[in-house]
Amino acid sequence: MRYIPNSPEERAEMLRAIGLDSAEQLFDSIPRDLLLTAPLRTPAALSEPEIIVRFEQLAARNAAARRPSFLGAGAYAHYAPTIIDHLISRAEFFTAYTPYQPEVSQGTLQAVFEFQTLVCQLTGMDVANASMYDGSTALAEAVLMAERLTGRSRVVISEAVHPEYFEVVHTYVQHAGIELARAAIDPHSGRTSTADLATVDDRTAAFVVQSPNFFGCIEELSKLADLVHQKGAMLIVAVTESASFGLLRPPGDCGADIVVAEGQSFGVPLSFGGPYVGLFATREKFVRQMPGRLVGVAHDKHGRRGFVLTLATREQHIRREKATSNICTNEGLIALAATIYMATMGRRGLQEVAHQCAQKAAYAARQIASLDGFSLPYSAPRFNEFVVRAPVRADELLKQLATERNITGGLPLSRYFADRPNDFLVCVTELNTRAEIDALVAGLKQLAVATVAA
Amino acid sequence: MAHVPEDLHYSKDHEWVRVEGDTAVIGITDYAQHSLGDIVYVELPRVGDSFAAHDAFGSVESVKAVSEVYAPVSGEVIEVNESLQDEPEKVNSDPYGDGWMVRVRLLDPGEVDSLLTAAEYEDYIKKETE
Amino acid sequence: MNGSKITKATPHVTQNEDLLFERSRRGRIGYRLPALDVEPTPIDEIVPAELRRDDDLEGVPELSEVDVVRHFTRLSTWNYAVDHGMYPLGSCTMKYNSRLNEKVARIAGFANLHPLAPAEEAQGALEVLYELQQHLAEITGLPGVSLQPAAGAHGEMTGVMLIRAYLDARDGKGHGRDVMLVPDSAHGTNPASANLSGFRVKTVRTTPEGLTDLDQLRELCATGDVAGLMLTNPNTLGLFERNIREICHIVHEAGGLVYMDGANMNALVGWARPGDMGVDVIHLNLHKTFSTPHGGGGPGSGPCCCTAALEPFLPVPRIVREGEAFKLDYDRPQSIGRVRAFYGNFGMAVRALAYILTHGPDGMREATEAAVLNARYIAQALASDYEKPYQAPPMHEVVFTDKRQARKGVHTLDIAKRLIDYGFHPPTIYFPLIVQGAMLIEPTESVGREELDQFVAAMRAIAREAEEEPETVRNAPHTTRIGRLDEAAAARRPVLRWKPTAKAESA
Repeated sequence: MRYIPNSPEERAEMLRAIGLDSAEQLFDSIPRDLLLTAPLRTPAALSEPEIIVRFEQLAARNAAARRPSFLGAGAYAHYAPTIIDHLISRAEFFTAYTPYQPEVSQGTLQAVFEFQTLVCQLTGMDVANASMYDGSTALAEAVLMAERLTGRSRVVISEAVHPEYFEVVHTYVQHAGIELARAAIDPHSGRTSTADLATVDDRTAAFVVQSPNFFGCIEELSKLADLVHQKGAMLIVAVTESASFGLLRPPGDCGADIVVAEGQSFGVPLSFGGPYVGLFATREKFVRQMPGRLVGVAHDKHGRRGFVLTLATREQHIRREKATSNICTNEGLIALAATIYMATMGRRGLQEVAHQCAQKAAYAARQIASLDGFSLPYSAPRFNEFVVRAPVRADELLKQLATERNITGGLPLSRYFADRPNDFLVCVTELNTRAEIDALVAGLKQLAVATVAA
Repeated sequence: MAHVPEDLHYSKDHEWVRVEGDTAVIGITDYAQHSLGDIVYVELPRVGDSFAAHDAFGSVESVKAVSEVYAPVSGEVIEVNESLQDEPEKVNSDPYGDGWMVRVRLLDPGEVDSLLTAAEYEDYIKKETE
Repeated sequence: MNGSKITKATPHVTQNEDLLFERSRRGRIGYRLPALDVEPTPIDEIVPAELRRDDDLEGVPELSEVDVVRHFTRLSTWNYAVDHGMYPLGSCTMKYNSRLNEKVARIAGFANLHPLAPAEEAQGALEVLYELQQHLAEITGLPGVSLQPAAGAHGEMTGVMLIRAYLDARDGKGHGRDVMLVPDSAHGTNPASANLSGFRVKTVRTTPEGLTDLDQLRELCATGDVAGLMLTNPNTLGLFERNIREICHIVHEAGGLVYMDGANMNALVGWARPGDMGVDVIHLNLHKTFSTPHGGGGPGSGPCCCTAALEPFLPVPRIVREGEAFKLDYDRPQSIGRVRAFYGNFGMAVRALAYILTHGPDGMREATEAAVLNARYIAQALASDYEKPYQAPPMHEVVFTDKRQARKGVHTLDIAKRLIDYGFHPPTIYFPLIVQGAMLIEPTESVGREELDQFVAAMRAIAREAEEEPETVRNAPHTTRIGRLDEAAAARRPVLRWKPTAKAESA
């Protein structure tokens, strides 16, 4: 096996050196009847060229990866500068582990400190951690943190939060004695209804809202924050499309107490759903209830600046069952990719990406809305996603669009909401060209007419 | 050898008590601060909280450990050492002085008699280190 | 090396590399996008001013592409990594990360695939997941597999929730089984995961031989409130729990289930299977046993494998095969629910599958054998210089202590730091918690004999230094760009982000 330095002969010598006759004796502490007597039934070893062919063949069967796409809903196709993959492929980064030994981990530690700072800048919050698994699990951890901080056990979640995020929160809190309630959407604006926030009462630990929400609508966070804070509850804001930070008022400026986000938009491949990276930020006063690793500034005896893992007493390896979370390994390398993305795009680029997304989505929305039979059901301002109501079943329409026009036109909402057969969610990013948008519009127009006529 | 002032009462959990009328000041001993190492954070109760003897009323954290602080006597908190929030290192540098933790109104002054004297506590920690 | 002392080296104290924010210069640009190709709409008509940010992203860096490349390349040189050499971080399994696996995970057909693409247009990706599930089931002897958990601790939480859901279904809610037993040698994630799943944690002692105390286990199981046991096997002392059958029997007789922390599965692959031992559910760390890169702290992947009895409770969606087609199955009414959006860390699944296919059954068995042999070799070689608290021969990792060196005032932390001067990453230190001054050494199979010998020579040299010149060890490391950092000061007044005002201060 080419990944094992010692040859069989060297291993035989080593066995002799420690006084053993055979490799089997290394496993003497395992009861004999538990030792496998036959080889594992997995495929025989393949050579490197065979592996490449095998995976190329598998990848070729993912037709959706090869065509213009308007899919969003928690995972977004954005431009990723070439240098990101080169830099994260440096062995010094990707073959290291959690920086337990700061003297030989300053590269990772400084990058995490920079990541934490960038997350604070974008979210408008005071402190951010070294990352969570993804946006959905970050949200679940935020809900648990709010429960610890308030001592209250009820959490209200907007119905405009990503359905999969809600499911993850539900799984996480089912044994924590937390009761989940939902807050309705205003059917005209597409926003979480603020008219009736009676769902938030004085037993409520937190109110959870996503902005832009699952339907693409930008929420009125400041107003929600006021209403939620009046009841002594916390406002948790989830962001699935981090590109929006380049344009929208940061949740921290609107009064959010905890902000979580999916950072995949920052230079991370779609990769069929992962690995992604969860961002987690909060107010300074709540830092001791935060989950996850934190990196802070430290100095050596010569006064040189360095970085260390800090406030570790919150964590499982010290506080065990009383820890703020069970998280250990997080998403270090993906957080590094996001850091490199934010640094490369920089102050101007993050804003330009956001503006292009908003402009192109506005253009696409205008064109689609002008089609006979199509409408945009929601009136609230949007960033780069919007719901379209088609005159026909959306799933069939989109399937035809894929097979006949080679365009993935969006996400049929029936995937999550059985009562919305004709609605679909369209996402436009800076990568979608005008030609793609025009082709989408033309395809929708002709196929819908054909379907209605049929 | 850890410093053990004569005029204080001690618990086997390594807290000290200084009785002042019907109130008492509580902190952790020099021996305790030394075995914990550099203290980086102190969590204390709020004024008005009450606790019974042997209850955990707070915790002290070093870089890599958390230890609970147990009440040597029952009491109601009338003052906490707020300065420890910003300067927890006072517990290391002056455990019997600036590093005090809480002042309580004694709920059962008789409990103090069951605590160790300085001499008894010195014996106790000597055994513990053996 | 033969234990020769290091010569005085002058490290590069700095590479003049400030923080991104300190390097930033107004007007520098590191990217270029295509020009906007649609007629612009007045921005106020898209998003009104009160919903837009008004800080012009002040403070976010402005850098050229060259600046960014140099910055991160310089930072990288301050790290020690597996590709530098032996990284014997016990329990973490820092084995070689093949470039081939990196290459296949980056194939455009995987990298550009949206998770919400229709299943019929993502068949290749679903087949990767399905095939990996099949192989992990075979390797563990546990047929139900979910790849959704994103890391080991996440897999633990999932596994413990399966136990809960199974007991609720078997005994009805309110069965009163709310105790999870966790050995005192366990990873901290175990009790934390149990707590997250609503269990009370009770601790099981380790015997002087380094194994689970069966008598105490029986006592704890006699109370009727035990839901299960979380056991690492081989345990965190590197010892195989040879009474595993009996342990499982005791827990099962008491009505509980056995969860195995699979962090040390790399000691068993191809030789023995948890499913054959009586284990009900296990998590695997793909970033340990199956060599997906650790990435400076993730991404990991923590698949959960379980018995057929627990399978109905696995997270949704399940990846299933119907004829030639692969599908996502959401119709699992007993499922604990989702533990993560989408399907887990797919990119890690691609790499792990490439690992399994590259090794084949023989290669995986060989890797296990080589890993155990390397650990055993070190265990024997260092026993003359360091205290070995447990005498049984270890599997893939071995624990030593600083007991002998401590007499001279040299502690585990000092030995670890001194190892850096000798060119090695230190082992895991002060874990397991039950071993005072623990050094947990896991060489993995990715180390040749000459490097093992160098490591042994370095450890022996340090033992000698501890006797003859303890100050050298206590002040180590001497060759890194920074010395030991004042972690107490960092924790007392934490600075967790850069701020513009901090610039003058640090300069």
